[in-house]
Amino acid sequence: MKLFPIRGGIHPDYHKELSGDCAIEAMPLPARLYIPVQQHIGAPAEILVTAGDVVKKGQLIARRQGQVSAHHHAPTSGTVTAVTEVPAPHPSGLPQSTIVIEPDGQEEWAVLAAPIDDPFAVAPDVIAERVAESGIVGMGGATFPSAVKLNLGIRYQIETLLINGAECEPYLTCDDRLMREHAEAIVDGARIMAHALGAPRIVIAIEENKPHAIAAITVAAEPFSQIETAVLPVKYPMGSERHLTLAITGQETPARKLTADLGVVVHNVATARAVHEAVRWGRPLIRRVITVSGEAIRTPKNVEVALGAPVSELIDFCGGFAQRPERIIQGGPMMGTPLPNLDVPVVKGMSGILALTAAEINDRPADPCIRCGACVNICACGLTPVELAAHIRHDNLEGAVKLGLLDCVSCGSCSWVCPSHIPLVHYFNYAKGALNAQDREQRKTERTKQLVEANAARQARIAAQRAANRKPKATTGEVQP
Amino acid sequence: MSDVASILQSGPFAHSTNTVQRTMFLVLLALTPATLFNLYLFGWPSIFLFAVTIGSCVVLEGIALLLGGRPLMRTLTDGSAILTGWLLAMTLPPWAPWWIGMLGAVFAILLSKQAFGGLGQNLFNPAMVARVALLVSFPVVMTAWIAPHPLFTDGAPDITQSIAITFGGEMPDGVTAATALGYVKTELSRGIPVSQSLIEYGRGSNLTYTPDLMDLATGYKPGSLGETSAILILLGGLYLIRKRIITWHIPAMVLGTLFIIGTAFNLLDSSRFAPGLFHVFSGATFLGAFFIATDYVTSPVSIRGQIVFGIGIGLLTWVIRTFAGYPEGMAFAVLLMNSLTPIIDQYTRPRLFGRTSKGEPLPIKVQA
Amino acid sequence: MFTAVGSLTVMGVALGGLLGVAARLLAVDEDPLEQELQAMLPGSQCGQCGYVGCAQAAVALAKGEAPVTLCPPGGKAVAEQLAKRLGVSVDLSTQVARVPMYAVIDETLCIGCTRCVKECSVDGIIGASKLMHTVVAEVCHGCGKCAEACPTEAISMVEIPRTLATWHWPKPAANRLH
Repeated sequence: MKLFPIRGGIHPDYHKELSGDCAIEAMPLPARLYIPVQQHIGAPAEILVTAGDVVKKGQLIARRQGQVSAHHHAPTSGTVTAVTEVPAPHPSGLPQSTIVIEPDGQEEWAVLAAPIDDPFAVAPDVIAERVAESGIVGMGGATFPSAVKLNLGIRYQIETLLINGAECEPYLTCDDRLMREHAEAIVDGARIMAHALGAPRIVIAIEENKPHAIAAITVAAEPFSQIETAVLPVKYPMGSERHLTLAITGQETPARKLTADLGVVVHNVATARAVHEAVRWGRPLIRRVITVSGEAIRTPKNVEVALGAPVSELIDFCGGFAQRPERIIQGGPMMGTPLPNLDVPVVKGMSGILALTAAEINDRPADPCIRCGACVNICACGLTPVELAAHIRHDNLEGAVKLGLLDCVSCGSCSWVCPSHIPLVHYFNYAKGALNAQDREQRKTERTKQLVEANAARQARIAAQRAANRKPKATTGEVQP
Repeated sequence: MSDVASILQSGPFAHSTNTVQRTMFLVLLALTPATLFNLYLFGWPSIFLFAVTIGSCVVLEGIALLLGGRPLMRTLTDGSAILTGWLLAMTLPPWAPWWIGMLGAVFAILLSKQAFGGLGQNLFNPAMVARVALLVSFPVVMTAWIAPHPLFTDGAPDITQSIAITFGGEMPDGVTAATALGYVKTELSRGIPVSQSLIEYGRGSNLTYTPDLMDLATGYKPGSLGETSAILILLGGLYLIRKRIITWHIPAMVLGTLFIIGTAFNLLDSSRFAPGLFHVFSGATFLGAFFIATDYVTSPVSIRGQIVFGIGIGLLTWVIRTFAGYPEGMAFAVLLMNSLTPIIDQYTRPRLFGRTSKGEPLPIKVQA
Repeated sequence: MFTAVGSLTVMGVALGGLLGVAARLLAVDEDPLEQELQAMLPGSQCGQCGYVGCAQAAVALAKGEAPVTLCPPGGKAVAEQLAKRLGVSVDLSTQVARVPMYAVIDETLCIGCTRCVKECSVDGIIGASKLMHTVVAEVCHGCGKCAEACPTEAISMVEIPRTLATWHWPKPAANRLH
């Protein structure tokens, strides 16, 4: 298959050997599960249970609200002990509404939606509806509700469904293991999604450092002529949606547009498997495979774990710490975020838990920029990180936007390559957040102004009315005496 | 556990092993073979001058850092001051007196680097600023080139004589010689065609070889430390490219431009214009192309910018060598292009992903 | 000598004339700055800036008598807009300290006098006479007029808490560089 080059990119140490050969292990249920109502991009789900409720495995406990949102289900049977605020698996550690479930150990299934026997015979929206009912979100880390993406087939002419098995982040091997061990489920899920999208062609893209996964997927896809397996060169950030689309189709997604505008929709391999389970078995998304790795973990593993399990128990399951970790990361080391503590729960978008030592992170205080240009040359988006960071340092966010700040995908390559260890991506993340905050303030000011005007107009109207009411009285008053 | 995540920092949580220090160290390493060979070629006086220049640079950098209240050891050990001094020493006449090296260090470190705010902030290449400032201030001393007097050979000054040369300023008679570029230029001004003076240069000098390109390349000729032995400099440069410290673009553009334009004009009129290969192998062309022009701080950051920058240097070097009063034009060319670096940077930014080169979102192709 | 003096004189006269003409031709009418500035301000006439209302604040801003950070409800966004329009640089890091606030009514103290309801210029307080009032948090822009009007001190101004939706990465510490 002909591939197209992407600009820049880096070759970090992959460390995939730490967990790559460990078959997926299921972790026993922990004593408590914590299900946050927001594990996805969009509006938080509406809580349907209260403390004391008895729930069954797979039962809907939080309902999606709004266009972009996702259901959440009980990962096992048990009792809801509390609905409370619990620190989120988010760098800030701020609390969010969370349903706490105490498992009863029975693993008793709720009445599930009936399996769709022939998914290729039903209408596309039936598939999308099932995916929405199953609470499936993008499991590569983006956590965008998958049903919304499957509905793109309505508005766009989709030619290609791209299944992303690149897994270009160092350390992570969960997608690799899924492809090796559940290739048929992934292929089936991909075919179902292609049907939902109306896409005639499926490309499963895998980086060439995963030969077993490539072999397994090739075998599983063999019977289906619509599926192609693409072997990608190893390069970070190959797995970025837009760059993957470019590598496979040769088309560059225009800024501020979707890959769907080019007739391409990208889904992660884990999402494909979740869709397979939802459609073929009626099972909602209540567990996922996570890579637990890093030099500080005693026995790195790929673990299949119930959503809501505390990260601390996951680490204990992997033998605990072999040495003091410098940082605990969720996701990969390039785009992952630090965890505020180990009590936070496993959520749908969590592809990895990494306990990294200082030597692995290899960070050091920043030196002055020597303008070596490495960041410019490796940026896959064609940005000039050195200039952007200079603008942001001087609070010139607008200047940074003009240079393309909002086209940055925060892949982290520039920070990785910088010989002066300048936290470039941190500058960009800060600037993007600050711009959002400014936007919010701006909107609020606009709203306030409208309300003030409405209020003033009403006051004026009332005053006029009063004046009008008083006048007749006044005239009658004159006449009366 | 709480202490682990208490410092709020965004990712990535992986970094390459490259550092500023490593970069500078590799550049020094790449310079070493050529330097050692040339120190051997020009003997003790050149070794003294080399030591004085680098030592002054490091001491002055330290003083400037102390005065500015900046971290002393960390910055001193980044190797940038050593590199500046090293490059400066390589462009000086090898038997120049000690104060030339020291004054050069003042120009380089204090006036053109620290005055701008230290590492990474300077607009002009410090070593070149120093060289040009010395050249225009002390033209006689700065053009007192000597023929090679290899260590431990007849005619080479011993240590006592060398101390007198470097620290006493006692230049022995009859050792100075013109560089190839200088000779050709002088002769041309007397009406002697380049083609003839090139042949005469070899005979007239106290070299026993015929003046072919091999002489210019191996460096057995008068000149500065970096001017001679183009081959070793080239090897060092290739090593840097291999180590990915520099890319091939700037050196290739400088050398290519110089060669093409030199050859073209030489074909037009060989009596007025020296051949392209002569330009490439004489003067400090290789040092300039691989080590001076590629200075990160003062060259453009994008590859496209570096190509423009390299072509500019090649062009200006040829123009200055051919038409201006100074025989060696590289230093001036580098400084002139340094001043254009910010504007080159501004006009050579890469195209953004998903946007046209003007910054507009790409049009959506109509699906077939 | 004469040529030098002559040419300089001619040049001086010519350039001076050119400048004079340019000043005439390119002259701008009275700067509509005040109105522009007023349009940027929230317009709630809360008076927290120390001026009677937003119009007066705009006049002061235009004259350069007031700092661009004068408007607490407008916050950082308004300060930045003002700074940009006025072409002044402003250290907004001090502005961060002033966290956006909103009003909260203590239900046990509220006597339902509706004074705050009348005071609120964004209709952000719901309540009828003799009934307990409440603040619509999303609408409240933290001007604090209601708190002043309340006879029982039932209204307090509270910081708007940071949530996952509003959190963003802080700026990297500057001392990490140089």
